[in-house]
Amino acid sequence: MNNEWRTFQKGVWEKEINVRDFIQKNYTPYDGDESFLAGPTQRTKELWDMVLDLSKKEREAGGVLDMDTRIISTITSHGPGYLDKSKETIVGFQTDKPFKRALQPYGGIRMAEKACADNGYQVDPEISEFFKVHRKTHNAGVFDAYTPEMRACRSSHIITGLPDAYGRGRIIGDYRRIALYGVDRLIEDKEEQKMTTRTIMYSEVIRDREELSEQIRALGDLKKLGQIYGYDISRPANNVQEAIQWTYFGYLAAVKEQNGAAMSLGRTSTFLDIYAQRDLAEGTFTEEQIQEFVDHFIMKLRMIKFARTPEYNDLFSGDPTWVTESIGGVGIDGRHMVTKMSFRYLHTLENLGTAPEPNLTVLWSTRLPINFKRYCARTSIQSSSIQYENDDLMRVTHGDDYAIACCVSSMRVGKEMQFFGARANLAKCLLYAINGGVDEITKKQVGPKYRPITSEYLDYDEVMDAYHDMMQWLAQVYVNALNIIHYMHDKYCYEKLQMALHDHKVTRWFATGIAGLSVVADSLSAIKYAKVKTVRDENGIVVDYIVEGDFPKYGNNDDRVDEIASDIVHTFLQYIKRNHAYRGGIHTTSILTITSNVVYGANTGATPDGRKAGEPFAPGANPMHRRDTHGAVASLSSVAKLPFKDAQDGISNTFSIIPDALGKGAQVFMGDLDVELDSCPSCDGATLFEGMDNE
Amino acid sequence: MISGRVHSIESFGTVDGPGVRLVVFLKGCPMRCLYCHNPDTWDPEGGTRMTAGEILAQFASARNFYKNGGITVSGGEPLMQTAFVTELFSMAKAEGIHTCLDTSGITFSPDSPQAMEEIGRLLEVTDLILLDIKHIDCEEHKKLTGHSNENILAFARYLDEKKIPVWIRHVVVPGITFKRDPLYRLGRFIGSLSNVKALDVLPYHDMGKVKYEKLGIPYPLKDTKPLTTQQAVAARQVILQGIRDTRKFSQ
Repeated sequence: MNNEWRTFQKGVWEKEINVRDFIQKNYTPYDGDESFLAGPTQRTKELWDMVLDLSKKEREAGGVLDMDTRIISTITSHGPGYLDKSKETIVGFQTDKPFKRALQPYGGIRMAEKACADNGYQVDPEISEFFKVHRKTHNAGVFDAYTPEMRACRSSHIITGLPDAYGRGRIIGDYRRIALYGVDRLIEDKEEQKMTTRTIMYSEVIRDREELSEQIRALGDLKKLGQIYGYDISRPANNVQEAIQWTYFGYLAAVKEQNGAAMSLGRTSTFLDIYAQRDLAEGTFTEEQIQEFVDHFIMKLRMIKFARTPEYNDLFSGDPTWVTESIGGVGIDGRHMVTKMSFRYLHTLENLGTAPEPNLTVLWSTRLPINFKRYCARTSIQSSSIQYENDDLMRVTHGDDYAIACCVSSMRVGKEMQFFGARANLAKCLLYAINGGVDEITKKQVGPKYRPITSEYLDYDEVMDAYHDMMQWLAQVYVNALNIIHYMHDKYCYEKLQMALHDHKVTRWFATGIAGLSVVADSLSAIKYAKVKTVRDENGIVVDYIVEGDFPKYGNNDDRVDEIASDIVHTFLQYIKRNHAYRGGIHTTSILTITSNVVYGANTGATPDGRKAGEPFAPGANPMHRRDTHGAVASLSSVAKLPFKDAQDGISNTFSIIPDALGKGAQVFMGDLDVELDSCPSCDGATLFEGMDNE
Repeated sequence: MISGRVHSIESFGTVDGPGVRLVVFLKGCPMRCLYCHNPDTWDPEGGTRMTAGEILAQFASARNFYKNGGITVSGGEPLMQTAFVTELFSMAKAEGIHTCLDTSGITFSPDSPQAMEEIGRLLEVTDLILLDIKHIDCEEHKKLTGHSNENILAFARYLDEKKIPVWIRHVVVPGITFKRDPLYRLGRFIGSLSNVKALDVLPYHDMGKVKYEKLGIPYPLKDTKPLTTQQAVAARQVILQGIRDTRKFSQ
């Protein structure tokens, strides 16, 4: 047995690449509280100050500090980069220095050029020429194949955010494999896969063999990346520092290769805890040292940056990278999967201060240990930076070694991947149904020339009938556009390193998405339960709606409208499923716009729920702003009724609450009065009494 | 089924009893507390008529959220609709739901056998009372609320006899209750009760102002500033001092 595997419980993980089996055999659930945690070291503080300083400079420079305009980013394109080599315990940057954004043209040269130009840089003309003349990009491939109808849907924004000009992302490599097995073993495994492909050269077999070769080459490059920073990652990691470093090299290689819309990390904390436990037992490292490694690792993840255009950032309200890390959850054997490392990850929010990235996501279960739940709650109140997802729901279909990509997309790590599918604007689709396929803003015929609705007042059954037809059309155009996109992405911008960290046979989720669900639900409810009068322009196109009377609104736990919302989700997915999906993809959908709802709203005319033209949609599956009038539980209950089986790619609800509304502060409210009395602090001479009796 | 007059329902109540609760605010209140932040509940008329069954259906549809909580009835003064609350709580108890009543105790009438029988029946199905003592001093209480506090204090003692768990709530208002002497005396009184499970000091805030404007009622405390958290902590300490002294002397 490898010396690196000393003390580990044996299992099939030794014979095959099987990180889950290793975790299940070796992890130590932790039920205690956070009192064992260590604060930041001096080095950590100094490094973080440097990062804050660079962040400030970046803001002052208008959002970008430096960009590469000449070196095309690959796994081995750059020499080593450091903040301060003598202080960093976890190393590696995307380019040769921190905050310098890489040039990644394989998704589309125009997007790369524009990202540079908008920030005051210019891509080297030779590079531009190369990607326009000699080497085709994903973007160029897609536009060669798009139909005029797809282009029209795209420019009218009824289908929107398509990954046709940039990296699709949403794929999570199993970066833990590098730490557990070392790269050589992974290459061996891939070589074996290549030896055992089918022998008749159907096109998919050819593609398979070509991809495996690419993967093997990428793993070779990964080893070189280790060497650039002075590490030999061909062998397994020997301690927690190496395990974190090896894992990070995998992630770093992925982001050097891909500028994906969401580049998530996976589910690493409980895996890494196994190494930390052994190091603590063997006396290799102290708790303080281990926390320092974690702090430095998280610091690196916070510094992941991509070259992007202002429009892209507008769409996502910021410069997100979606370095999502999934923490906690419960195993299928019933043991929870919270370890000390789960605490250490969350503790970075205190040691380094709060930050949106990495997107620390707690896989919540009612069966998580109470101390961890309390720690999460406290950290949430202090940092507002933890995302929660329902493990009890997702474990049923995804088991206990899945992770979240982006904000809600769940997939088994190393076994499942996703074809990211952006979203269809179902609110606009409803307007198309009413106007016979004519866009309410451009007045162009975008959808099919179905019979429009001509009555002054809208009739529910008539509208629903037309809406179903229009959804069916939309689903067909949408899925086929995605088929083109993923075909071309595989061809011109293949994620070779990330796929090298997957099993040979992967399940591919063919993701689609819905925008404007609450607008649709309320609109249909208004048509059904109130009276909706149409306002038409000179050509009879409906441009506005007048709602007479009240109607049940989504977000109040009212079945009359909540069922409409659920039905729409179910129906739309059925229409999606009727279409062929590229590469055996399994159709799913999501309801998860978190910030882009503003842009979608801006591109959609007035709707029958009384929403004015251009007004933002609600984010994700949220009720429309101010329409949920019965408090949070009623609002959340409406969202919770949406069928997960029809939206397995995720349902999001953005929810803000002031801490005071969550309950009483311990300062003024006092339970267990009898206990407290014995230790009541003295009341004498306290400055607190200032003002008392005088006012 | 009797129907109650409901002012509003909050599905995510976190401050009116333990856990997350469905809080039902009923219409009608005989008190006119100067700092009242719900003047829209004073009028016993109006509101939405709802049956206990309808309210429990709402609770049931979101029951998972209320696992560690339950139902709280508040107001207004919920004891103006005792029969309705009794029915609601009886049905809730039958389903194992924790019940909590947020009251000022103002309607307590020890001299009326019928009223006593009614309140007795309600208390049988009530798990917790949030008793809001507005002012410990009878004269000051009259100035503040328009009523004597005699029956309220009698209600507190009655609950003690009946061993019904109580949280005492007390709103601390600058210039009215933010005073050492009445706070201490309130503590002395609370100390004499054996059923008090928690003390909830509520700093005065002026978020009710908007409602007065809407209703066209002059806001009586327009010059009073909200109490700071620090001041609330101080007030709590004085009350606790009173509680401790009473308990010490009684030992």
